[in-house]
Amino acid sequence: MHELSIASAILEKVASEADLRPCARITKVGVRVGEISGVDPDALSFGFECLVKDSPFDPLDLDIQLCPRTQRCPSCVHEFPAPDSHTACPRCGRPDTLCISGEELDIAYIEVEEQTPAGTGNED
Amino acid sequence: MTTRVQVEQKVLTENQRLAIELRERYRQNNVFCLNLISSPGSGKTSLLERTLAAFPKDTRVAVLTGDIQTENDARRLSKYGFPARQITTGGTCHLDASMINKHLADIDLAALDLLLIENVGNLVCPSSYDLGEHAKVVLLSVTEGEDKPLKYPSIFSKSELCVINKIDLLPYVPFSLEQARENAQRAHPGIGILEVSCTTGEGLDQWLGWLHRRRDQAIAAASARS
Repeated sequence: MHELSIASAILEKVASEADLRPCARITKVGVRVGEISGVDPDALSFGFECLVKDSPFDPLDLDIQLCPRTQRCPSCVHEFPAPDSHTACPRCGRPDTLCISGEELDIAYIEVEEQTPAGTGNED
Repeated sequence: MTTRVQVEQKVLTENQRLAIELRERYRQNNVFCLNLISSPGSGKTSLLERTLAAFPKDTRVAVLTGDIQTENDARRLSKYGFPARQITTGGTCHLDASMINKHLADIDLAALDLLLIENVGNLVCPSSYDLGEHAKVVLLSVTEGEDKPLKYPSIFSKSELCVINKIDLLPYVPFSLEQARENAQRAHPGIGILEVSCTTGEGLDQWLGWLHRRRDQAIAAASARS
């Protein structure tokens, strides 16, 4: 159960992005979590919610994009999903294929709401 | 107005930054570093004991051993006359690069050839944290069930070698070595597999052979680069 540390690292990144944008509010952060990254998406969401509640960033949405394990066969270059570690190439049978996706633990994007200072006449 | 800004960064950037620094320090000092990972009770400490006992007294090796509580493992490992430091995480279920950095403060890397890190007993969380090691080694014991690699593919897919321990117990447990090997290969095609018993000593020569070969290979690769 290290999802709380992962959630905390995501929130730290949000904080540093927020520092760069004093006139904006971050409303959402998008992350990619691989199937074999060792991170449980539900536990990550739960940990993130708990941390956000007591932070200056509340409300802040977490968008988790799950990345299934995908392998590539070095012989026939076939790329295929490999749930439950079915890593042998389904096309040519080669057992030693390469993992090309599924290990992700990345921050993909943030969504930022520009806050126009009141009274400047620039409100959209 | 809401705009989307691409960030494209690893979540554990800070850990990664420290791990890269550690890796560079190991390289500069010609230190080969291994990160040993398994469930609690698979025999990481026993394997380290057997390893240290087999080393000549002048071997330049140190051990960092992680646990949530107690100094027991460092006490067990320091009997062999080599530096062994305990990292007690106080609840954290894995070691991270900052803990390694902190505990290397009083270890002179220039006086070492080999640094062995025993992670906290856990097959999940340690797989996310790079400690700057040259290779991860995952242990699995025959009392655990041969489907461990399929249940925890993350750590098996990131480990270079899988050591199957406690093979002296094979006659007493329903564990298929063949199935375990096949499952490990499924989780990580091409993973190295060794079978050992830290009780009888069977297979330890192959483990020590792997350790020496892998170290020579890492040092040769580092000197070829510089």
